[in-house]
Amino acid sequence: MGVFDRLPPVDHLRSEKMCFVQLIMPAESARLAVTYLGELGLLQFKDLNEDKSPFQRIFVNQVKRCTEMSRKLRFFSDQINKAGVNSSVRPVLQPDIDWEELEAKLGEHEHDLLEMNTNSEKLLQTYNELLEFKLVLSKAGGILASSHDPVAPADRELDEHIYNKEVDDGIAYLLEEGVHLGATKNSGVKFVSGIILKSKALAFERMLFRATRGNMFFNHAPAGEPVTDPISGEEVEKTVFVVFFSGDQAKSKILKICDSFGATCYPVPEEMVKQRHIFHEVSLRLSDLEVTLNAGIQHRNKALESVGSQLWRWTIMVKKEKAVYDTLNMLNFDVTKKCLVGEGWCPIFAISQIKDVLQCATLRSNSQAGIIFHEMDPIDSPPTYFRTDKFTNAFQEIVDAYGIARYEEVNPAVYSVITFPFLFAVMFGDWGHGICLLLGAFVLILREKKLSSQKLGSFMEMAFGGRYVILLMALFSIYCGLIYNEFFSVPFHIFGKSAYECREKACSDAHTAGLIKVRDPYPFGVDPSWRGSRSELPFLNSLKMKMSILMGVSQMNLGIVLSYFDAKFHGNALDIRYQFMPQMIFLNSLFGYLSLLILIKWCTGSQADLYHVMIYMFLDPAGDLGENQLFWGQKELQVSNLLNNKNNMLHYLLCLLANNYSPFPLSDTPVAYGHCSCSMDALPKAFYLEETSQGGTFL
Amino acid sequence: MYGWEMLSFNIHDGFLEAIVRGNRSGLLTASDYNNLCQCENLDDVKMHLTATEYGPYLQNEPSPLHTTTIVEKCTLKLVDEYKHMLCQATEPLSTFLQYITYGHMIDNVVLIVTGTLHERDVNELLEKCHPLGMFDSIASLAVAQNMRELYRLVLVDTPLAPYFSECITSEDLDDMNIEIMRNTLYKAYLEDFYKFCQKLGGATAEIMCDLLSFEADRRAVNITINSIGTELTRDDRRKLYSNFGLLYPYGHEELAVCEDVDQVRGAMEKYPPYQSIFAKISYGESQMLDKAFYEEEVRRLCLSFEQQFHYAVFFAYIRLREQEIRNLMWISECVAQNQKNRVHDSVVFMF
Repeated sequence: MGVFDRLPPVDHLRSEKMCFVQLIMPAESARLAVTYLGELGLLQFKDLNEDKSPFQRIFVNQVKRCTEMSRKLRFFSDQINKAGVNSSVRPVLQPDIDWEELEAKLGEHEHDLLEMNTNSEKLLQTYNELLEFKLVLSKAGGILASSHDPVAPADRELDEHIYNKEVDDGIAYLLEEGVHLGATKNSGVKFVSGIILKSKALAFERMLFRATRGNMFFNHAPAGEPVTDPISGEEVEKTVFVVFFSGDQAKSKILKICDSFGATCYPVPEEMVKQRHIFHEVSLRLSDLEVTLNAGIQHRNKALESVGSQLWRWTIMVKKEKAVYDTLNMLNFDVTKKCLVGEGWCPIFAISQIKDVLQCATLRSNSQAGIIFHEMDPIDSPPTYFRTDKFTNAFQEIVDAYGIARYEEVNPAVYSVITFPFLFAVMFGDWGHGICLLLGAFVLILREKKLSSQKLGSFMEMAFGGRYVILLMALFSIYCGLIYNEFFSVPFHIFGKSAYECREKACSDAHTAGLIKVRDPYPFGVDPSWRGSRSELPFLNSLKMKMSILMGVSQMNLGIVLSYFDAKFHGNALDIRYQFMPQMIFLNSLFGYLSLLILIKWCTGSQADLYHVMIYMFLDPAGDLGENQLFWGQKELQVSNLLNNKNNMLHYLLCLLANNYSPFPLSDTPVAYGHCSCSMDALPKAFYLEETSQGGTFL
Repeated sequence: MYGWEMLSFNIHDGFLEAIVRGNRSGLLTASDYNNLCQCENLDDVKMHLTATEYGPYLQNEPSPLHTTTIVEKCTLKLVDEYKHMLCQATEPLSTFLQYITYGHMIDNVVLIVTGTLHERDVNELLEKCHPLGMFDSIASLAVAQNMRELYRLVLVDTPLAPYFSECITSEDLDDMNIEIMRNTLYKAYLEDFYKFCQKLGGATAEIMCDLLSFEADRRAVNITINSIGTELTRDDRRKLYSNFGLLYPYGHEELAVCEDVDQVRGAMEKYPPYQSIFAKISYGESQMLDKAFYEEEVRRLCLSFEQQFHYAVFFAYIRLREQEIRNLMWISECVAQNQKNRVHDSVVFMF
């Protein structure tokens, strides 16, 4: 204990010292002050209006305006994506614009854009209608013409079914008759022609059949060209149809069905001359419209491009503004309604920086009164804040994933900077692979400036965020790979010659009689001669497993020792006595002892079976060790270990059951231990604590 | 196999049950409703809703909002969730989920037929239809002149066809006939759904049959109250009641001869589960009856979440969402028309 007491305090392992501060800001400079504080990022405001719903807060209107602006920005980016304009984010140096100006500007742009959209939509609709008409004219005209001219069926563009042909001819005959009769031309068979979505055509035909009780003839042909749907902007396949029928009632029914299926009907004159005339007219108008449409689209794209170049900047601006007002909503008005009162936490080292920033805000906003900033006595426990840089940040994040340390608790991230990459390398160990990893890490680090400014994919982002972790992992992998003597799983003679050689030149009995040792041991790492030998696997497995046990036990010891420093820092004697001590004894009397055995076995070259020793320590503590005896007094040590363990367990359990004082006391004030409820809710917290102090370093 | 569902339920339906329970936790709570009731205008409503699960559906709406937009977007969320569940479902859960929508299908058919009778525009009517009850050829309902045509042209392709066989008459469509058709269809649908749930067995049968019986009894009461003073004969009225439920058969005999609301009340108070509903409303009053029934329904639906390994949670979730959308519609209407004192008239709190 005395040794530990004389150690220096491990301040670099703890989170920053925090203080609770109050800010009283005049209303006119509050916004600027919060903006600057936000850029500094060293003050955490406490929500003083927790009981109020979002729209009862002070700056609700500004927040609403921000959400409205971000909706407009989303609309722009949506439009830009739809139009396929690739606006390069040019860092055009444009003067900073005011928030109000921006709002007006956004409104203007949206209005313009919406107007352009409605215009082009109208044009597009007429264009589509004309296009459909053209398609109907050409296809339906073809169908009609073919039925008019039964002598030359080869002219038909459609390859129809033979059955259809016959029926077609029949109808053609009827039509022909109508033409011949002249006067009764319209009284016989009539037709309706139009265009319908291809997917609906089948159901449409069935419905027509049912509605007219089969007294109709349905003829259709694929439209060939895809038509753009004006609403969704997608290209859809359509089918041109011609329905022949008789009777007025059927006509009204068919028109109704057309309507309900969204089929548009276009009149097609029967005479070829008229048809050609209309076709020509429609084509002319189509080309006219096309020119206008293209001009409109170009105009719109230009507008979108100009918006697109600024979009990124504006989005950031609006987001910042919204964050500022959200923060301001956490503040309270004081009694005079002239000042905003805020409370929050900041690290002690940042106080001077914050004061500078507040001064600056007062000056810039031409406020008469300065901002009052003073420390207060905290009511609840402070938040945890770790200062990190680009190197330690990734490690801190890995540790935070397991649980964030409480205020002033030992931060395992400091150790994990080395232990995490090293333990990775113990598993990965191969200097060939390590070099590949190293090159990757170098690429990421050298292009750091460029990569950090652009948006990366989710995987790349992860790799980039952990670039220094990868770097260390690579370095340790190379180191461990050299120890394992593996380069893409192949050993090399780097550090001189192998210590073993064959008994004779031919090397014929290498696999039966084995090799003999001729030199000093291989200077660094595993001797390459192990490669391919019969005992390679047992040797390496034994080596690596024992090494892992040693490293694991020391890692766990480190974690528990950290919890000692923690308890000592918080002046918690109970924690030391009932948590640190039992854990230490338990771990070391079992696994610590095993580690000791391993070390002795390595040093002496003994043949003892450690499995046997460990198992029979429990099954038969008093029995004779025989050839497994590694050192003098081993039996006595084992018995004392066991007794220690047992007492320890009882001690632990009794503490738990007695409930008088919890074995996992957490509160810094010993007063709380008298309560039953304390230990009940302390348990889960204790597991959490254990995880952060042990799990964090164990990883 | 009652009680053994837990052995095999999760093989096919565990994932979806987890999904539906997760969705349930997104339902608005009493504190949400309290906040919503304090809103000053529809923008406040939107702002509050963007903080809930409706957020992604409402955040891109431009500012002058209308009640219909809010309701439409909220319904869209329900439809999206329903479609997602239907995609993931296997038999017999997928059939069960489809059964839930048949009620909306009946309502939509009736809506379109009544609309065309009064010569409304079909597209306008289509917008009013509930999206869960849509089917492909729904628009062509407008073509039909009488019930026989209705069946032969359109409904023969839909799942409603078997229910229709009971009510085909060659009479022309008028308001009365349509209303009778709606109730006959609903009766057939509820009976079919009831049979289907009984076939499924286990906890599903137990809970669903209870819920459906309540639904059938509520419809019976509503039919009775709405038909008082109309030319519907007692026998015809009797025929519209579903042949199951707590009231079947003796309660139906009594309801069939009721001539005013108090007689209905007298008939219903003989059934203990319904006593509490009628105890809440004073004599001669039938306006509040709807709310009382809704409250009882919500209570029962919420209770179905207490048990695991059954399908009733899907039914309950969709019904609860629908109730929630009704609540939101009422609140938004009250807020929009500045009648906040009436907000609590029709809102049914859930949790």
